[in-house]
Amino acid sequence: MQRIGVFVCWCGSNIAATVDVQAVAQALKNEPGVVFSTDYQYMCSQAGQDMIKEAVAEHNLTGIVVCSCSPRMHEATFRKTAAAAGLNPYMVEIANIREQCSWVHKDIPTGTEKAIILGKAAVAKVNLNTPLTPGESPVTKRALVIGGGIAGIQTALDIADAGFPVDIVETKPTIGGKMAQLDKTFPTLDCAACILTPKMVDVAQNDKIRIFSYSEVEEVSGFVGNFDVKIKKRARYVKEDLCTGCGACVEKCPMKKVPNEFNLGMDNRPAIYIPFAQAVPKVATIDPNACNMLKNGKCGLCARVCTAGAIDYTQKDEIIEEKYGAIVVATGFNPISMDKFDEFAYSQSKDVITSLEFERLTNAAGPTAGKLVRPSDGEHPHTIVFVQCVGSRCENCAEKGKEYCSKICCMYTAKHAMLVRDKYPDIETYVFYIDVRTPGKNFDEFYRRAVEEYGVKYVKGMVGKVSPEGKKLKVQASDLLNNKQLNIDADLVVLAAAIEPDKSARPLATMLTASMDTNDFFTEAHPKLRPVESPTAGVFLSGACQGPKDIPETVSQAGAAASKVIGLLAKDKLTGNPCIASSDENMCNGCSSCERVCPYGAITYVDKEFRMPDRTTKVRRVAQVNPAVCQGCGACTVACPSGAMDLRGFASNQIIAEVDAICK
Amino acid sequence: MKASYFPGCTLKNKATHLDIYARKCADVLGVTLEEIEEWQCCGGVFTTSKDEVATKLSSVRALKEAKAKNQPLITVCSACHNVIKQTNHAMEDTQFADKVNRYMGEDAYDGSATVYHYLEMLRDLVGFDKIKEKVVNPLTGKKIGAYYGCLLLRPNKVMQMDDPENPQIMEDFIRAIGAEPVVYAYRNECCGGYIAMEDPQSAKKKSNRVTECAQIAGAEMIVTACPLCKYNLVKNGSELPVIYFTELLAEALGVKEVSNE
Repeated sequence: MQRIGVFVCWCGSNIAATVDVQAVAQALKNEPGVVFSTDYQYMCSQAGQDMIKEAVAEHNLTGIVVCSCSPRMHEATFRKTAAAAGLNPYMVEIANIREQCSWVHKDIPTGTEKAIILGKAAVAKVNLNTPLTPGESPVTKRALVIGGGIAGIQTALDIADAGFPVDIVETKPTIGGKMAQLDKTFPTLDCAACILTPKMVDVAQNDKIRIFSYSEVEEVSGFVGNFDVKIKKRARYVKEDLCTGCGACVEKCPMKKVPNEFNLGMDNRPAIYIPFAQAVPKVATIDPNACNMLKNGKCGLCARVCTAGAIDYTQKDEIIEEKYGAIVVATGFNPISMDKFDEFAYSQSKDVITSLEFERLTNAAGPTAGKLVRPSDGEHPHTIVFVQCVGSRCENCAEKGKEYCSKICCMYTAKHAMLVRDKYPDIETYVFYIDVRTPGKNFDEFYRRAVEEYGVKYVKGMVGKVSPEGKKLKVQASDLLNNKQLNIDADLVVLAAAIEPDKSARPLATMLTASMDTNDFFTEAHPKLRPVESPTAGVFLSGACQGPKDIPETVSQAGAAASKVIGLLAKDKLTGNPCIASSDENMCNGCSSCERVCPYGAITYVDKEFRMPDRTTKVRRVAQVNPAVCQGCGACTVACPSGAMDLRGFASNQIIAEVDAICK
Repeated sequence: MKASYFPGCTLKNKATHLDIYARKCADVLGVTLEEIEEWQCCGGVFTTSKDEVATKLSSVRALKEAKAKNQPLITVCSACHNVIKQTNHAMEDTQFADKVNRYMGEDAYDGSATVYHYLEMLRDLVGFDKIKEKVVNPLTGKKIGAYYGCLLLRPNKVMQMDDPENPQIMEDFIRAIGAEPVVYAYRNECCGGYIAMEDPQSAKKKSNRVTECAQIAGAEMIVTACPLCKYNLVKNGSELPVIYFTELLAEALGVKEVSNE
């Protein structure tokens, strides 16, 4: 028989306001096995914990029930307390009388009654608890970073700096991500390439970092410290180790009319290409959908001009298998499609562009070599209208836009308008906004400079219609502060498109069993206290895959994610969760039901000899659980038809005892 | 194929062309339109007031009859279509349906009939490819601006016809009869609607904006499905001919004299 101590917490007034804590302590005193019961204002405080330790010693307790907040909050705390008092930590049970009781009930009688029932259930369970010892698993000291934008780059550099090897997987032929496409960066207006490309070079030169560009994560299995990952390296038809990036092939390629993704289709590239001058790795890639040689075997010009002999038309996709201790998701964002926003005439006029296109249009390495002209006719624009929140903060229009604020648009639009006025003072610039949101260091000052020093005309209100008529874009808009309709003849309209997570994020989340919100942003383990960890152990989040972020914030989060990874990889062994499944071999009939439902692949089968009652020996096939892989989800215990599978710490008889206690 | 047909009041007087040619073309395309017996005005405007029942009853009767025959209900006039489709949607709300059904005699109606605008019928039930085959008099070289107005497309959640900001159905229709669609930004903006009664100047401004925009884009004529749109566009001094899409279809299918408009 257990000797159980019950500790009822007030949680200040959080619990005590709706639950009569003394009545709860009193009622639980009479439960079977309970030898001590008390209440206290803050059980989790040092004094509260000391009270538990003293009670263990004084009453020779073998089990503890704490009636308090959610076990997610303080189960670990009280387990440590138990361990310090010399008890096995798994002899502690938490009855959640806060989130599931006091917070949801309004009157004391109901709250108290429910708290007593929850306490009784916990007592019933502890009566059947047995000491558990966690297993240990080794840690593979290598990290995987998925995505090679500024988030992935910074995370990889920081992890490598601590001495651990890192692999970056990037779907594009080069790392650099969105930041490589930008012209200037707010609020200091330094050129994006000037601050990014040295970091890209650092990545390339760091012997701890490997880059798998033009590659995708294909499969992930395993668990924290021991992930097995398959990476598909797509055939680029160029041998990376031989290509020198000289560009001779790019010049000679006769297929020059392929829309250039890097410039968002505003100019063309050849079928064999290097995305931009500072690409890392600086090797050519053949686009199989455009290359004549790959499509019909006619051409081969690039192979002839390549002095390094790097062209290989027979190259195949390659699967790389590698083990990792930690995985960082840095899949970033994309602007949403403007297809559903044709009130702005994006599909009708070349002179209606997105902000990212505007970046390319003003970038010295862009399609116009940095000269700001109208894409339709190459003429100098005189009036530019910027429209903010296109698809952002779009309430009740989930089918076309996003309900959230994309966060970066206010600042980059202020930057665009300011740069236009600085370089071309003759151009009139209008910015239409719902609200101007510029929190951040030196951000509001930046926006005010755009208005006050550069004379950018900010108008509160939305553009309702853009109509291409002749050479002009007729913009109809509302000026809410003056309660007027505005009609502006513009030459260029720039749409601040909402941003959304990259399309690869959802399938990746499934592979990683990492959770996402309804907008497909990865969810953090705790929005305030664990912002760079996914709830899935060993998976970390960096950059805009977790939510819209600007560069300073992305870099901070990337460093934070790296430090979490370093903390994990610095350990030699990880303590596992002892609450895992185990099979009673005498009851197992080898039916494979459990193996089929196990999401982690933790169950295998072995042939085992059994001594039968009639003294013969029989060989039977029985299930075995790999304790390092099992996550204790319990799916197998439900699937097992013979009742052989059980979950330690959550055994069927314990659960039934809890239910009985509740229904009694 | 047989379908129930709701012409609507205007199609029986001002907009007879919209009605006559809709029927003629349906015959050619193998759709038998069975006019709803003793149909009444759709209500004219869909009132969003939740407890407004009376003005919705006639639409519900038409829907109920189509449902009883197990036929899709075809409409032509944009306004009727808007009212009937929105009423049908409103009837999916059991509380509202309960109120309405107290006036409906024995069989309750639950919003389960399917409503097609004639254009949707052409796209989804007949198919533009089939229309292309049936064209005997392709309108080759004609540059036509489709005019949607407001009621055909909005509210999008209920109408579900096409993207309200970048519709394609009429453009596809124009292509199917061999002509060239002219896309212009104001094709889905309001013509002025009923404000023509109270403030003709405002209506004129709205209509002019539409025709001006179509003209600049190079349209030689405008087609519409809405009698009120046509009234406003024509009255307010459009130089462009404005005709019903069914007339154009009839011309292409050879069931109407070629007009010299």
